[in-house]
Amino acid sequence: MANKETMTVNMGPQHPSTHGVLQLILELDGETVVKATPHIGFLHRGVEKLSEHRTYHQTIPLTDRLDYLAPMSNNLGYVLAVEKLLGITDKIPARANTIRVMLAELTRLKSHLVWLATHALDIGAMTVFLYCFREREEIIDIYEKISGARMTSNYFRVGGLSADLPAGITEDIRAFASKMPGLVDTYEGLLTGNKIWQKRTIGVGKISAEDAIDIGLTGPALRCSGVDWDLRRDNPYSGYEDYDFKVIVRDDCDTFGRYKARLDEMRESCKIILQALDKLKPGPILADCPKVCLPPKQDVVNTIEGLIHQFKIITEGFKPEVGEVYQGIEAPKGELGYYLVSDGSPQPFRMKIRPPSFVNLQALPQMVEGSLLADVIATIGTLDIVLGEIDR
Amino acid sequence: MSEHAAVGKLKQKFSDVVLDVVEFRGETTITVKKEQIVAVSTFLKEELGYNFLCDLCGVDYLGQSPRFMVVYNLYNIALKDRLRIKVPVEEKDAAVDTVSGVWSTANWPERECWDLMGITFNNHPDLRRILMPADWVGHPLRKDYPLQGPDREPYQGRLQ
Amino acid sequence: MGVEKTLGNNVLTTSLDKLVNWSRSRSLWPMTFGLACCAIEMMAAGAARFDLDRFGILFRASPRQSDVIIIAGTVTQKMLPVIQTVYEQMPEPKYVIAMGACACSGGIFDTYSTVQGIDQYLPVDVYIPGCPPRPEGLIYGINKLQEKIMAERNSFGSVIGFGERISS
Repeated sequence: MANKETMTVNMGPQHPSTHGVLQLILELDGETVVKATPHIGFLHRGVEKLSEHRTYHQTIPLTDRLDYLAPMSNNLGYVLAVEKLLGITDKIPARANTIRVMLAELTRLKSHLVWLATHALDIGAMTVFLYCFREREEIIDIYEKISGARMTSNYFRVGGLSADLPAGITEDIRAFASKMPGLVDTYEGLLTGNKIWQKRTIGVGKISAEDAIDIGLTGPALRCSGVDWDLRRDNPYSGYEDYDFKVIVRDDCDTFGRYKARLDEMRESCKIILQALDKLKPGPILADCPKVCLPPKQDVVNTIEGLIHQFKIITEGFKPEVGEVYQGIEAPKGELGYYLVSDGSPQPFRMKIRPPSFVNLQALPQMVEGSLLADVIATIGTLDIVLGEIDR
Repeated sequence: MSEHAAVGKLKQKFSDVVLDVVEFRGETTITVKKEQIVAVSTFLKEELGYNFLCDLCGVDYLGQSPRFMVVYNLYNIALKDRLRIKVPVEEKDAAVDTVSGVWSTANWPERECWDLMGITFNNHPDLRRILMPADWVGHPLRKDYPLQGPDREPYQGRLQ
Repeated sequence: MGVEKTLGNNVLTTSLDKLVNWSRSRSLWPMTFGLACCAIEMMAAGAARFDLDRFGILFRASPRQSDVIIIAGTVTQKMLPVIQTVYEQMPEPKYVIAMGACACSGGIFDTYSTVQGIDQYLPVDVYIPGCPPRPEGLIYGINKLQEKIMAERNSFGSVIGFGERISS
């Protein structure tokens, strides 16, 4: 081959299809990508450093803003890690666990809806974007009734939840989870049989199972390469072992397969939500650990112990034993892990977040090299990245 | 408490490489010698099936010796088992051999560890800053780096 | 007398000013420029329920076609030069909305890598508090910007080369 000249094209960090502030330097030979180099860090806010200067409770709001499409999943991973560090995992009341699972799955729906909306918008399907955001608003309404915030919920607490569910919310959730599978069918009706969608997704962004494990892909991206691994089933937390759901595994390894798998996951999530609603029984929502969980308001007002505990927790926080734990959960985008090191002080000595998008994005060069320029957009979409958690 | 299966096998294979084994909340942490990390990683991956590197990070124990720890969180997909390997790193010689040849995942986390913690990874294919701008000075996650950066007066609170 | 320096506040130009201001404020085209969490709320504001289109707001992907840049999210030291470049590429008249606590003041991220308020670098017209602000908050902020544009004087004169635009 003669000495071929390639062209270097800059894409981002200000680009409508990079899902945030991602920069790609693409080396092109005509329309074909020869080399892709991602540059990240444009949203590095120093969450890990900041958490070392906050108490364990004060760190929960920081986790909301990592993967801002799935705040409750981030909260869940973090509080589970702190509970493991404290050794109170078994003390979490059943009601709190059920609500956690229910909201984590609702969050998965919410995150997948934004994924589908933006992925379809990037490939040129505007209608799906409007439909998905319409449904997302309904989930946000539920969020708002539960936690008071649309996006940054900050609802889970170490040891349980910040408040019980408001009256009547279970009917809202049941109604939504019952109609959602039908809406997923609507999206499928718009996309699956669509010739343009098929041309843009089938065979695009292929990655084999060995490569996927080697590069560290997790979540739907890994399961679509034929690896049957889901932390909800394999290392269950919050009582996921009591739910009946199917782990979606496909072996087509491409963007279309990942699209189908995520839609199927949404259907499974609806099933889990309905099961959780059936399981929901009245009961306490905070563990019986007075040194960790805030006492009920009437105890603060009426008893001296309650007042002291409240004062100690608010002013000082709690002090876990010296040690280190790693807790991974199945977030919508893959394995979200928190590695916490405690030195016995009320602040985390070191908090390392293992964001699924960070590792998944690493696979991007491998997936796009040799494909066409337009497929880069489809591949970014299918990896479902969020820059908030990549850069932290 | 029963010892983690990997500990015995590791001790059998490499006689003097294991420095410390800690069990905490059902998780096993093995501290190994820095010089042997690539050999240990290869053994864990090839022989014991820890084919998935979840995460890699550095921890700064300022004031202690050795100052840094590089932490590898491993996972065995077949056995659904987690294992943590730690490597002590001295401040004077803050360098570890890269494991990106064993698990490709390690590439970016090692860059991040160098960027934020200032630990060099020998033989790394592309050791550049990843999160901070290329011309940034210092390694922000070190304990002696101020939270608000070196150029700004630390915020003292509203009342002071 | 006649027209000597600028077209002052005479009848002809004030009504032309009004026309120009009206057309500018009713077709604010923001830059599609999401940085962080607030960008998702910005997208939600543009989507089905809140529908920014009814205010004449269409998101443009190029700074050359935009009138307003909504700084939606945390600005980091690494991102700052990019934002400044994008702002410089926008044609006059241009406006800046700081959306959310991070863009206004750095928010909860008082750290080494975060810019403590974009107003240190860009002339901000409207601040929208909240973390993130609700879409209603964004719409209210845009309405405030429209009011601000409607109160500008000499908008027409500045276009045809007489003096500067005066924003009150």
